[in-house]
Amino acid sequence: MTLYHNIFETISMIEKEKLDIRTITMGISLIDCIDSSGDKARGKIHDKIIRYAMNLVNVGNEIENEFGIPIINKRIAVTPVALIASASGEDNYVEFARTLDQAAKEVGVNFIGGFSALVQKGFTAGDRILIESIPQALNETERVCSSVNIANSKAGINMDAVRLMGKIIKRTAYLSRYRDSLGCAKLVVFANAVEDNPFMAGAFHGVGEPEVVINVGVSGPGAVKRALEKAKGEPLHVVAENIKKTAFKITRAGQLVGNEVSRRLGVPFGILDLSLAPTPEIGDSVARILEEMGLEACGTHGTTAALALLNDAVKKGGIMASSSVGGLSGAFIPVSEDEGMIQAVKSGALTFDKLEAMTSVCSVGLDMIAIPGDTSESTIAAIIADEAAIGVINNKTTAVRIIPVHGKDVGDTAEFGGLLGHAPIMPVNKFSAEEFINRGGRIPAPIHSFRN
Amino acid sequence: MKGIITVIGKDKVGIIYAVTKILAENNVNVEDISQTVLQDYFTMMMLVNLSKLNCDFNNLKCQLEKLSEEIGLSVKIQREEIFHYMHNI
Repeated sequence: MTLYHNIFETISMIEKEKLDIRTITMGISLIDCIDSSGDKARGKIHDKIIRYAMNLVNVGNEIENEFGIPIINKRIAVTPVALIASASGEDNYVEFARTLDQAAKEVGVNFIGGFSALVQKGFTAGDRILIESIPQALNETERVCSSVNIANSKAGINMDAVRLMGKIIKRTAYLSRYRDSLGCAKLVVFANAVEDNPFMAGAFHGVGEPEVVINVGVSGPGAVKRALEKAKGEPLHVVAENIKKTAFKITRAGQLVGNEVSRRLGVPFGILDLSLAPTPEIGDSVARILEEMGLEACGTHGTTAALALLNDAVKKGGIMASSSVGGLSGAFIPVSEDEGMIQAVKSGALTFDKLEAMTSVCSVGLDMIAIPGDTSESTIAAIIADEAAIGVINNKTTAVRIIPVHGKDVGDTAEFGGLLGHAPIMPVNKFSAEEFINRGGRIPAPIHSFRN
Repeated sequence: MKGIITVIGKDKVGIIYAVTKILAENNVNVEDISQTVLQDYFTMMMLVNLSKLNCDFNNLKCQLEKLSEEIGLSVKIQREEIFHYMHNI
């Protein structure tokens, strides 16, 4: 009878609690597409993506059908384009972004990540050109996502890059001003970026990765919340235990799907990323899990502790379930994509500063936060610097995906649509950090980087 | 390959007949059935063997979905591995 009990539980997790495979992301190396002619390089990139990813969407749909578990997104991540494009000698890489966009459309994936540069220790000529191309690239393409790694625990923080990204974010916001600065929703600034993250907008295919690989991202905030509802009033170690068990089951579903996709496409399986990734739908919120633990509203005192418990228990359950857990694995806290977070901001319970504190224990960082359009470049850079410092010192990935919504201010709402949701504009600190940011240079690597 | 068929909805005459008729027509053997009626709600789970299935999986799934609409109950088929995999190492 246990089989039948399991069947019931699985079906209810999928149907009522919105357990899903959030993404199957194919990582493709573009190293062999490097060419001294930009046109030739783009031709090779296009053909290679089509060759490998041609059947990705079909296979995803097939598996969804057979196992009865929804697979929401099929996506592609490529080698950071700064590395590939620099040999072309061109002084603008927007054309490379268009090639990626075109290839993504042809194979039917909704996002392609990797319009990226890794500049934690300094810029190459190609890195600078790529970063300068980001605003136009994100405005003129539909599916391309961009990320820039500006710090890590081994190299410290590249403050010149931090300052530059403040400017780039503002310019991106301005170019996409008629769509509530949507361009910024496709741009992530990382510290300690991981090379095998399947989740957008920050996915890219790291240089240490194989030729081609399948990474899977699973999600299920609803299933975790349901598990907690069954443990009302129990002490917190029992809560942690319940989260772990649920995370285990979710991860196993991802592992099965990952193996199956990998077998059918003849592409090696890379990692499974178990991240509780909320959507704007009711019943799919990380904030509501925290509230289920006993907080009146997400963002009040105690939220950081509750999130720490959640993030750690999710990782433990995942590690137990699969030997290939990787990526970011934990809980995401994107404001505009989480119905509970949006409510908490509206009610005044959740502030920008609390979100920053939460990022020291969540799996990523300040994510999908709309701020006033007149926020200065240096303030945005300073927000990035704070976030990078949390990541570098604590040996964790942190990121900033922030949207200074052009023409809007506190009290307004930004509408991004679809999975990206909507967000009330949050106030930021009015005092200036300009002199600090203008110093540039770098913040040296922390003492614990000398672990050797 | 094995599959699990679940049927959930308001109880009425001929549910098992309607489902097994489709299975027989497609050469699917039923290995185990469990069913209960909870407050008028009929719940049936069937373990079926799909190794001699004479059409493709999708086709069988469509036939069951069509039946689901006709009799007004939810009828689903999923590959069995998902249920094992999620609960065991």
